[in-house]
Amino acid sequence: MAILMSLDPMALLRSMPGAFAQGLVWGLMALGVYITFRLLDFADLTVDGSLATGGAVAVMLIRGGMNPWSALIFAFIAGMAAGFVTGMLHTALGIPGILAGILTQISLYSVNLNIMGRSNQAVSVDKYPLVISLRYISDSTGTRIQVFTTSILFCVVTVAILYWYFGTEQGHAIRATGCNQQMARAQGISTNFHTVLALMLSNGLVGLSGGLYAQFQGAADVNMGRGAIVIGLAAVIIGEVVFGKLCAGKHFAFAYTLLSVIAGAIIYYIVMNIVLWLKLPSDDLKLFSAIIVAVFLAIPYLKTRYKGKERAHG
Amino acid sequence: MAEMLKIDNIHKTFHPGTINEKHALNGVCLSLDEGDFVTVIGGNGAGKSTTLNAVAGLWPIDSGKIFIGGDDVTRLSEHKRARYLGRVFQDPMTGTATTMSIEENMAIAARRGESRGLSWGITKKERGEYRRMLATLDLGLEDRLASKVGLLSGGQRQAITLLMAAIKKPRLLLLDEHTAALDPKTAAKVLEISDRIIAENHLTAMMVTHNMKDAIAHGNRLIMMHEGKVILDIRGEEKKKLTVEDLLHQFEKVSGEEFANDKALLS
Ligand SMILES: Nc1ncnc2c1ncn2[C@@H]1O[C@H](COP(=O)(O)OP(=O)(O)OP(=O)(O)O)[C@@H](O)[C@H]1O
Ligand SMILES: [Mg+2]
Repeated sequence: MAILMSLDPMALLRSMPGAFAQGLVWGLMALGVYITFRLLDFADLTVDGSLATGGAVAVMLIRGGMNPWSALIFAFIAGMAAGFVTGMLHTALGIPGILAGILTQISLYSVNLNIMGRSNQAVSVDKYPLVISLRYISDSTGTRIQVFTTSILFCVVTVAILYWYFGTEQGHAIRATGCNQQMARAQGISTNFHTVLALMLSNGLVGLSGGLYAQFQGAADVNMGRGAIVIGLAAVIIGEVVFGKLCAGKHFAFAYTLLSVIAGAIIYYIVMNIVLWLKLPSDDLKLFSAIIVAVFLAIPYLKTRYKGKERAHG
Repeated sequence: MAEMLKIDNIHKTFHPGTINEKHALNGVCLSLDEGDFVTVIGGNGAGKSTTLNAVAGLWPIDSGKIFIGGDDVTRLSEHKRARYLGRVFQDPMTGTATTMSIEENMAIAARRGESRGLSWGITKKERGEYRRMLATLDLGLEDRLASKVGLLSGGQRQAITLLMAAIKKPRLLLLDEHTAALDPKTAAKVLEISDRIIAENHLTAMMVTHNMKDAIAHGNRLIMMHEGKVILDIRGEEKKKLTVEDLLHQFEKVSGEEFANDKALLS
């Protein structure tokens, strides 16, 4: 009771805009995870590293005097480079996908330290015209709206581009590669090339998200991507569970699916904020996230197994 | 008549130097003229699939050469060779991308051998064309262009895979027991569609089958394989007169063994 009384509903309310914005920014990363995990059928662990790489590159470039918008382009490119390395480890050197991602992720830790020269670097919103910042959210209604419009703009434009891209010949080739490599090769598609391409695109988005997030929180940190893959998967899965039925069979179904991934990321951060607000130990947050992801990944499998048993008995 | 396929003394050993070593191809030679439709029979492990896979380029062969329509393809990777080939597999799951729609699968096949850029993966004009092609199958698929292939039956998938294989008029069509996983009625239907597609497009084709009657009834040539070699090559009038008993007898004579294949005897 005493604990309940000590909870301040206004504090929760005040934290919501921040959670919402954070969800939007991480939604971009989740779109990257969606590309590899769902379209390419590749569990890519590069993201934990490439997110921080995007952040580190953006922050260092801004500190060096680059326009924060242009810095995001380089964050995207840096992410693509990370994806390229994982792709080559997998396709050219035959290293299993998960291991290829881990190898890149681990090496990026050193790379990121080298980019920043130490484990973290700040970009103060007072000194630089950042694209978005947590500070804008608390400052005034006007700047708060600016944060939302900017991050929503990023999400919508990204969804539109991905929708277009996966409808092109190249996008089809990536989807075929992810669905059935034998079929893809029989139809003249280089599965290796398109695997690398998809990994680059995915990690490019993750890097972009990292660049935005670093600006949002005013610093890049070598650990900022730790557990990112789990957050990305959580967003993908929450999106599917909550909105899957709504998306299926519609015109533009794929666009809705992509939007639901972003919505999944927003829901994730709102739930996490509530967990924090309830004063549940924040040390356990990652454990909660992992459990949520594990449960939702297991549901479809357990469902089919249960159905199979039913049939066997009936 | 032009030579469309030339398999020149190819060898393939799997897992060389291990206890699993398997000399699967033992000097296969075969030459197909343009428009030839050859059926391929032989016992389990005779090397039929391995021969087709060698032509398709799944892995490098140890020695020998393969020419398709005069081009040396021996060193081309699988996806580069695809431009010359249409393929249908035994497992109906293999030939299509299940999470993609019927029209998307066909559009992918229609771009076989071309570079895939940033233009639309499928155009309006193509849709009309695909609808017309699907209608010829008489399976009611022409109204389901946007359905995911994963929702279709094995027979429907094989029929679509056949259309996809023929869509670019390949120099060579490879059918590896493509009706074996289907029920008899569906198998007969898919076989009929195969015959029609091969005839209409004047394709050169190889069809592996375990069914000796089918092997006799279809195509203008028949080859039998045994222990990684072609041991029998029958064509023209001689093929038309063949019976299952002839084939069994021939097999025993050439191989010095009994044709130990229940499936072939029963069918
Ligand atoms: N990828 C592979 N790796 C190892 N061994 C293989 C491979 N492919 C085929 N083999 C072996 O090569 C031999 C020939 O196999 P193949 O599949 O060509 O036979 P088949 O004539 O198609 O027989 P079936 O009628 O059973 O399909 C078999 O002993 C098989 O086990
Ligand atoms: Mg076989």
